Amino acid sequence: MTACLEIAGLSATLANGVRVLRDVSLTVEPGEVRALVGESGAGKSMIGKAVLGVLPPSVRTAAGHILLEGTDLGTLSPKARRTLIGAKTALIPQDPLTALNPSRRIGPQMTDRLVKILGWGGQQADQRIRQLLDEVQIRDPARVVASYPHELSGGMRQRVLIAAAFAAEPRLIIADEPTTALDVTVQKQTLKLIAAMQRERGTAILFVTHDLGVVAKISQRVSVLYAGRVVEEADTAALFAAPRHAYTRALMQATPRYTDPAASLKPVDEKVLAELALEVATADREWETPHG
Amino acid sequence: MAEPLFRVRGLKVALPDMARKPLLGNAPMIEILKGLDFDLPARSVTGIVGESGSGKSTLGRALVRLSEPQEGSILFEGHDIAHLPEKGLKLLRRDLQMIFQDPMSSLNPRRTIGAIIAAPLKQNGMADNLSERVAEALRRVGLPENFAGRYRHELSGGQRQRVGIARALALSPKFVLADEIVSGLDVSTQAQILTLLEKLADEMGLTVAFISHDLSVIRRLCRQVIVMRSGEIVESGPTDALFAVPRHAYTRDLIAAIPLPEIDPGWLYGEPVVAAGP
Repeated sequence: MTACLEIAGLSATLANGVRVLRDVSLTVEPGEVRALVGESGAGKSMIGKAVLGVLPPSVRTAAGHILLEGTDLGTLSPKARRTLIGAKTALIPQDPLTALNPSRRIGPQMTDRLVKILGWGGQQADQRIRQLLDEVQIRDPARVVASYPHELSGGMRQRVLIAAAFAAEPRLIIADEPTTALDVTVQKQTLKLIAAMQRERGTAILFVTHDLGVVAKISQRVSVLYAGRVVEEADTAALFAAPRHAYTRALMQATPRYTDPAASLKPVDEKVLAELALEVATADREWETPHG
Repeated sequence: MAEPLFRVRGLKVALPDMARKPLLGNAPMIEILKGLDFDLPARSVTGIVGESGSGKSTLGRALVRLSEPQEGSILFEGHDIAHLPEKGLKLLRRDLQMIFQDPMSSLNPRRTIGAIIAAPLKQNGMADNLSERVAEALRRVGLPENFAGRYRHELSGGQRQRVGIARALALSPKFVLADEIVSGLDVSTQAQILTLLEKLADEMGLTVAFISHDLSVIRRLCRQVIVMRSGEIVESGPTDALFAVPRHAYTRDLIAAIPLPEIDPGWLYGEPVVAAGP
């Protein structure tokens, strides 16, 4: 079976040659939720951006391939690439307030993608959006469609964006910290919603998060990232049963846990970080040799 | 139990509702805190937990008198400071200190770390041996003394928050308000900062109000908890008891909503998705 998303040996550098992604490989199988977990600066959002073809201009892909349902994005013309990405993927962003245009009503913002990129008819798109809003349990879709972003609560805005992401039936959704800005009770509702919609449709999700708690609940497989490198990859159940890498273990012990306060919130051992820095430096040396 | 450091009764705070302010004239007032009664025991860390809009930060700001309450009394060591004028407050500042959520915006970008820590010392007549006092404040939070000559942009997030703590503790206050001080930090850094605060509060015999949305963090750090929602106290009590037998349904929901880092399929698929109306 072809993977929904395959990333092979992806490396990216800044203009000054500093690597931000170091030989990242991972796959997302159809219908699975693959978590990408790491602390700030680990490059987890960068991977999502690379897949969507929206890396910032300062970042250059130096090596590697990204395959969407078997098609290598690097072999396509920019236009064909954009069309393919637009048809097969969607994004659920972290901050719904910055992702929505404050001066436009919700409805047209949601149909834009369907009409302008996928060529749907206006009425058809409108109908689809209302149906999706209903599915994300917005009780009064007509009112929401006519609202401006500031008139909705944070949880509502995030549900609007979830509806928008699923609207065109993408094969792959990149969810970039979609619940980080939400209150904990709203976060739970939102995760339940994403999981239910994902299951029903068999959509694959690359779920970017910093929260091991969210990883445990939402994903089937997980890649742990540090300094742009995948330090551990495992089935989620196996990772939580027996983390193999020292950094994963340290992260788990640092994560607060109300059921076991004494064993949680342990500061990360300096030795672990020193070893990681060494691993990264070694990898960079090996990488520089063949690439000059 | 010993006499509490703070005894708060009938605390009401209202703020102008800028969303409904007419073009000309004053904004209508909106009641944020709806008459709160609670004590903060001395030499102990009390957690104040709630979701956004629950009024937890407003409560913190009233305690350290960054805002003046409309009604009610705030007894600090037996004296009502609820309506103390600016002059009286100045004497209190030394005892009531704050650590803020975002150390990036609470540290002046144009001043050295040393100058930032020295400022409250100068304000409060502790200008003698200034460099020695600054060095000690830095040592206390585990930063090298030469950080006094650096600027905020040269520091990592965790180091900046250490400076925030150093500044608050430089005056040896009796009370520290810590408002979401780790919510902007990575988990590994968060653990360091909390361990540090825990140690210093213990060593210096501080009374701390620890405001957070994260019950897991509260569980580890605080001896008692106040749970807030919509400007009211839903439930309060010793942390152990509150987690063992949460009395209020809202507290139970809050605890149940925390995604623990362990496998539990029932958490996501157990109950039907609850709709929160538009």
